Amino acid sequence: MIGPVLSDRRLLFVTGKGGVGKTTVAAGLALMLAEEGKRVLAVEIDAKGDLSASYEIPPVGFEPVKVTPQLCVMAMDTEASLREYLRLNLKIPVVGRIGPLASAFDFVATAAPGVKEILTVGKICWEVRERNYDVVVVDAPATGHIVAQLAAPESIAELVRVGPIRNQSKWMSELLNDPATTGVVITTTAEEMPITESLELMTRLDRETSVDLAGIVVNRVLPERFGPREASAFRALSDADHLEWVASQLPQGASAVVEATRLATQLRRNRSGRLDVLRERVGATTPLYYLPELFTRAEGLRMTRQVATHLAEELG
Amino acid sequence: MGTLDLATLLETKEIIITCGPGGVGKTTTAAAAAAIAAARQGGRVLVLTVDPARRLADALGVAGIGNDVVSVDPVLFSQAGVEPRGSLSAAMLDTKKSWDELITRHAPNEATKNRILTNPLYTSLTTRFVQSHDYIAMERLYELHGTGEWDLIVVDTPPTRNALDFLDAPARMADFFSSRLLRWLTMPARSGLLGLASRGFAQVADRILGRQFLADITEFFGSLESMYEGFVERSQAVSRLLGDERTAFMVVSSSELVPLREATFFVDQLQQRNFTLAAVVLNRVLPSSLADSAAADAASAITAERDALAEALSKECDVDQAVAYRVLDAMVESYSDLSVIAHREALARANFPIGTASLVEVPLFDEDIHDLAGLLRLGEYLIAKR
Repeated sequence: MIGPVLSDRRLLFVTGKGGVGKTTVAAGLALMLAEEGKRVLAVEIDAKGDLSASYEIPPVGFEPVKVTPQLCVMAMDTEASLREYLRLNLKIPVVGRIGPLASAFDFVATAAPGVKEILTVGKICWEVRERNYDVVVVDAPATGHIVAQLAAPESIAELVRVGPIRNQSKWMSELLNDPATTGVVITTTAEEMPITESLELMTRLDRETSVDLAGIVVNRVLPERFGPREASAFRALSDADHLEWVASQLPQGASAVVEATRLATQLRRNRSGRLDVLRERVGATTPLYYLPELFTRAEGLRMTRQVATHLAEELG
Repeated sequence: MGTLDLATLLETKEIIITCGPGGVGKTTTAAAAAAIAAARQGGRVLVLTVDPARRLADALGVAGIGNDVVSVDPVLFSQAGVEPRGSLSAAMLDTKKSWDELITRHAPNEATKNRILTNPLYTSLTTRFVQSHDYIAMERLYELHGTGEWDLIVVDTPPTRNALDFLDAPARMADFFSSRLLRWLTMPARSGLLGLASRGFAQVADRILGRQFLADITEFFGSLESMYEGFVERSQAVSRLLGDERTAFMVVSSSELVPLREATFFVDQLQQRNFTLAAVVLNRVLPSSLADSAAADAASAITAERDALAEALSKECDVDQAVAYRVLDAMVESYSDLSVIAHREALARANFPIGTASLVEVPLFDEDIHDLAGLLRLGEYLIAKR
């Protein structure tokens, strides 16, 4: 049975193998939801500045920055998150005590496992719980690392058996594990390794967390330009029999055009075969959404808008 | 130091560390470099992946690579049409197993070993968390290098920014074990007394983490104490190994904008650490003809002479004119799409800060690489003279 609709959820973690366009999809999804009239917070986890670059704004910090009246962007900073947590929850004043706190934090983050993860996930869950925004879209870690983050509250609960952190981890788990609230969006391309990793991640999400998979976005789908008859006519052109015709009839320099067509056709064929495999393995319970390859001269807001428009069509 | 090409690096270095963004064929490139070195240059070559996403087995076409070193069957080379001059082995890093082995090897006695292995903090640290991966990866590399069994070890790092934490892990470990913080933490275990500063820290930590967890931490580091010296010594040795001329760094990327930006970050980080970037491999480079003006002229000419060409094409290939029109249109569209990308990527490549490193551009292959023959084909590009 298919779970709650992706765009009705209030917390979406967008993940995927590196290089598949995860950040662009997260940026487009956040923009699309904001254009539907929701108040959206987009969160960049690794603070590389790629998410803010998708909106053509300078790199953001822990303090959310407005991109449009409905859309804010922030970058995760675990030390700032810890400071906020101490201030809000434990009433521990930290002003003027940054030095000792920083060294304690350094220790805690390096040596005590899961603390960075819990501070990250904790801040995100907090924003959802307080309803400061209608929806929070997270440009989450890549497939290799997202599980540790989503399972952080449970991991912490195993280690820390009493105290405020343990209590906090309980409501976080509840929020993360509620499919009406939270969902993971896996971004992939129809290439071999991204698909393998996406399927592995599906298994791990299922086995090691209770967080629901809201959908899979297949990015960079190539346009279908040839039917079978066109394909066979084009193939014939590459035959030895027709080489002379190609050389004599087509304009000079056309070999690069022929090569581009051959390449595009080959890539399209490889990817559509892989998509069939993906569809079969994913089954009917998880929705798949498709985004076309965008042949743009550069990245930036223009590309993000195109992604948002295509996502709106797919999800609508 | 002048520019050494990748073939020379593979012949002369003991360790080659591959880093770069995800999704650009980094693991495949590391495996291909190792495979071609084993095939063409000889020697005993090992490829070690420290990537938790575990793709090396796939790329090598060998199932079941684990924490132990596995030899790649020479028959696979023969099947790929190559008689190897050397041998190829592969290993993947299993974090938990490697830690267990390390503790077992270096614990001063059975009781300490068991205390560490059963500590809940230890279990969690070694199974779930990324930082423990970095450190153990260095330990493992150091150990494998120290056996003297391999002439060349090619290391594949995780595809994230914290791949470079791997390089800092030895220094961080040494720092950590000599830090005041650690003394504060283990002090209760030793004396039952807390210093003034330590007490303040313990109070904050206690309120956040709870007493039991603090007790686990104290026990864990207390048990490890007898092993600190060894950790620090090995950390320093591995830092020296990485920093001297036995080791070379190779950055792998594609020419897309985001990966190249990420690769630039890696180049900067290597520089900051005084490591020499020896080679840059750019995968999936589109044919340079796509960016030629002759091709653009040809595409315009096809559009201009569309009717005449469609008629001629339909006769030549014996198809309907409608089909011929669609073939011609698709050709022009395919060209124009790909040439936008080719131009964009050529510009991005031109802006990449390559410095004195040698550059290898590998063309986009039609098919993904999934066997040794494919790895060797990529390997030939890596060592080609240019």
